[in-house]
Amino acid sequence: MKSLAELQALRDKMKGNMGVRHDDTGNIRVVVGMATCGIAAGARPVLQAFTEEIAKRGLKNVTVAQTGCIGICQYEPVVEVTVPGKEKVTYVKMNPEKAVKVVVDHLVNGKVVTEYTIGAVKK
Amino acid sequence: MQELSLNLLDVAENSVRAGAGLIEILVEETPSSDLLALEIKDDGCGMSQEQAQRVTDPFYTTRTTRKVGLGVPFLKMAAQLTGGDLSIESQPGKGTRMRAWFGYSHIDRMPLGDVAGTVTTLIQCNPQVEFRYTYRWENKEFVLDTREVRQTLDGVPIQSPEVITFLGEMIRENMEELRETEREETRQ
Repeated sequence: MKSLAELQALRDKMKGNMGVRHDDTGNIRVVVGMATCGIAAGARPVLQAFTEEIAKRGLKNVTVAQTGCIGICQYEPVVEVTVPGKEKVTYVKMNPEKAVKVVVDHLVNGKVVTEYTIGAVKK
Repeated sequence: MQELSLNLLDVAENSVRAGAGLIEILVEETPSSDLLALEIKDDGCGMSQEQAQRVTDPFYTTRTTRKVGLGVPFLKMAAQLTGGDLSIESQPGKGTRMRAWFGYSHIDRMPLGDVAGTVTTLIQCNPQVEFRYTYRWENKEFVLDTREVRQTLDGVPIQSPEVITFLGEMIRENMEELRETEREETRQ
């Protein structure tokens, strides 16, 4: 069973990899809407899917964060992805499967998944 | 919301927005007394007595994007439907304590759901806040305190996806272990 002692081993491994960065200003930001509307629509499993996929792929340059209600409750779960130097992309009606695709296509390969964006859904 | 753990996340997010530095979450499952309780206690900005009374009014909210605040009223309704209720104690400048309790075996009681997912989501998204999560099954307890976790991590960010995934598994395994031990003792 996992314990704090085992967490020490993970810490040592992470320190050893030198992948830990304390300055995350140059990071890609993934922001999930976590107000009542987002949570009710399934934001938590979406956030978990992002986290697991990012951990699995060992991506070091991504920060996952949350925001409140941004007023488009009908499109929740909403996820905003900001790559430094590029325009913010708003993904809507997300689910864990779509989250995995966004990690692979957008975060890893730099290709926006247009079909999940608010622009595509609104049309 | 189909899971109590999602309600827990929703209410704890209110504590985050109240500027809390420490949020204490308690989940109590006591089948022997037919009780399931959730408690969230924070040291945030608190509310006046009048505000605290209006929290359970669906047409009261402090947010500006909509005119309704449905999180707490629905949770109160869900609790009352199972013979339980919801209470809020708050003091401006001191913090807020909310407790919701349910009839454990009531057919209308929502499943608890993924509490580990709720706790890790809170930790990951709010690295500036400390969390103390206590899970109580009958008279046995498991506690996860982010202050202890941070000490162990020695500078490695707590919100790192690897750490969050680890903490989620740790919470799940320990909760399951408590339930199993109790079941085995009952059998003997």
